[in-house]
Amino acid sequence: MRLLPGFFLFFRYAAPPARSERTKWFVVMSEFAPICLYLVISLLVSLILLGLPFPFASNSSTYPEKLSAYECGFDPFGDARSRFDIRFYLVSILFIIPDPEVTFSFPWAVPPNKIDPFGSWSMMAFLLILTIGSLYEWKRGASDRE
Amino acid sequence: MVIDITEIQDIHFFFRLESFKEIYAILWIFAPIFILVLGITISVLAIVWLEREISAGIQQRIGPEYTGPFGVLQALADGTKLLFKENLIPSRGDIRLFSIGPSLSVISIIISYSVIPFGYNFVLSDLNIGVFLWIAISSIAPIGLLMSGYGSNNKYSFLGGLRAAAQSISYEIPLTLCVLSISLLSNSLSTVDIVDAQSKYGFWGWNLWRQPMGFIVFLISYLAECERLPFDLPEAEEELVAGYQTEYSGIKFGLFYVASYLNLLISSLFVTVLYLGGSNISIPYIFVSEFFEINNTYGVFVTIIGIFITLAKTYLFLFISITTRWTLPRLRIDQLLNLGWKFLLPISLGNLLLTTSSQLFSL
Repeated sequence: MRLLPGFFLFFRYAAPPARSERTKWFVVMSEFAPICLYLVISLLVSLILLGLPFPFASNSSTYPEKLSAYECGFDPFGDARSRFDIRFYLVSILFIIPDPEVTFSFPWAVPPNKIDPFGSWSMMAFLLILTIGSLYEWKRGASDRE
Repeated sequence: MVIDITEIQDIHFFFRLESFKEIYAILWIFAPIFILVLGITISVLAIVWLEREISAGIQQRIGPEYTGPFGVLQALADGTKLLFKENLIPSRGDIRLFSIGPSLSVISIIISYSVIPFGYNFVLSDLNIGVFLWIAISSIAPIGLLMSGYGSNNKYSFLGGLRAAAQSISYEIPLTLCVLSISLLSNSLSTVDIVDAQSKYGFWGWNLWRQPMGFIVFLISYLAECERLPFDLPEAEEELVAGYQTEYSGIKFGLFYVASYLNLLISSLFVTVLYLGGSNISIPYIFVSEFFEINNTYGVFVTIIGIFITLAKTYLFLFISITTRWTLPRLRIDQLLNLGWKFLLPISLGNLLLTTSSQLFSL
């Protein structure tokens, strides 16, 4: 029972201020090591789940109709690798612009008082340029009628 | 006597080895990870049962009742059935893409659980970029959808995958902008700090009161990210059969199913952490001055109360999501994309600018 409070204490490792290279590395490792291990374990979990049906599989129970593409009971008409609407590609490109905009806003938003109004207003200029681009895209109808 | 002395010397030598402590530390990391994975699994089972029961209540019928008492083992029964189903790979489908698609969706969601504080400081890893990890990793999910849609060699699946990916990426921007506003308010991206910043005045310290527009935009965006009704188009049964999940059977379909509920759970947990001060006892300071200290101490009992409070708040949003699913009709794809790009994006950007100006003028 004595170990239980210690067990709950482990969950947060109170990081000392980084004074040398070794402590900095130690802090980073202590923050990311659980995530790396967690990534490996979640990979294992999903891949093991994928591999579970193999003992129960049998080669003889598949036939061409079962494996063909589903088209509501009809035979598949034409090839599935056909052309698709350009608007999906356009949506992706129009996502790429605001995505780094927001990513670059993260370092601006977080520090408490270290950026003076100068910092805030320069970020506003950046957002203004991108907003003008978004307005142009809206008016030209690039994200219309999908 | 000689044997005793050498034994004692060996034991002293062994405990002074530095490497022993590091191995012990690495082993000590596994225990929280396994507990977290176990907790997530049990939660998904519970959510599947919840969805069936709540939808049964809304539709005025009886939900699951045969598997276990009150049907609580329904999800286990479903999973076991799916395990024994035939694992088909469609002809001329791309085997690698087809197999990895569902795993990618599941893995990207499971990793986000490592930054949620279930109790005070009770988090798998307290990163200083906690919330940003969730945003970044949830951007990987559309890749899994595209892989599944393309690898199925089916026109309907391909179209469903494209639509699902377009929907996912369209609603990520308003989501990220809302999170950005919260991190502006709390001056930190770490989830533990965000929860701490809401712990001062009990109930009135919630970010919900400071960011009401952001809260509503976040609610809508997370429903769209999880592909729940009213944003259900990728799996609209009448239109695309099952969208990108059409050609899947067996445990791969089970992975998509589980991924959907995992996504719902993590989004609800993030709503509580970001907006509701998750794991803080939210009774205002005036009435319970001794509870105020409980918000900041360690201890088994306090941690259990923290976990319970987080889960209770999360349950509220799970209930809201499930009720919304069975109440509202579905949006068309163009209405959906218009809502994301032309309505939510300007509103969340305006919310961000409002928050910035309030921070600037209060400095």
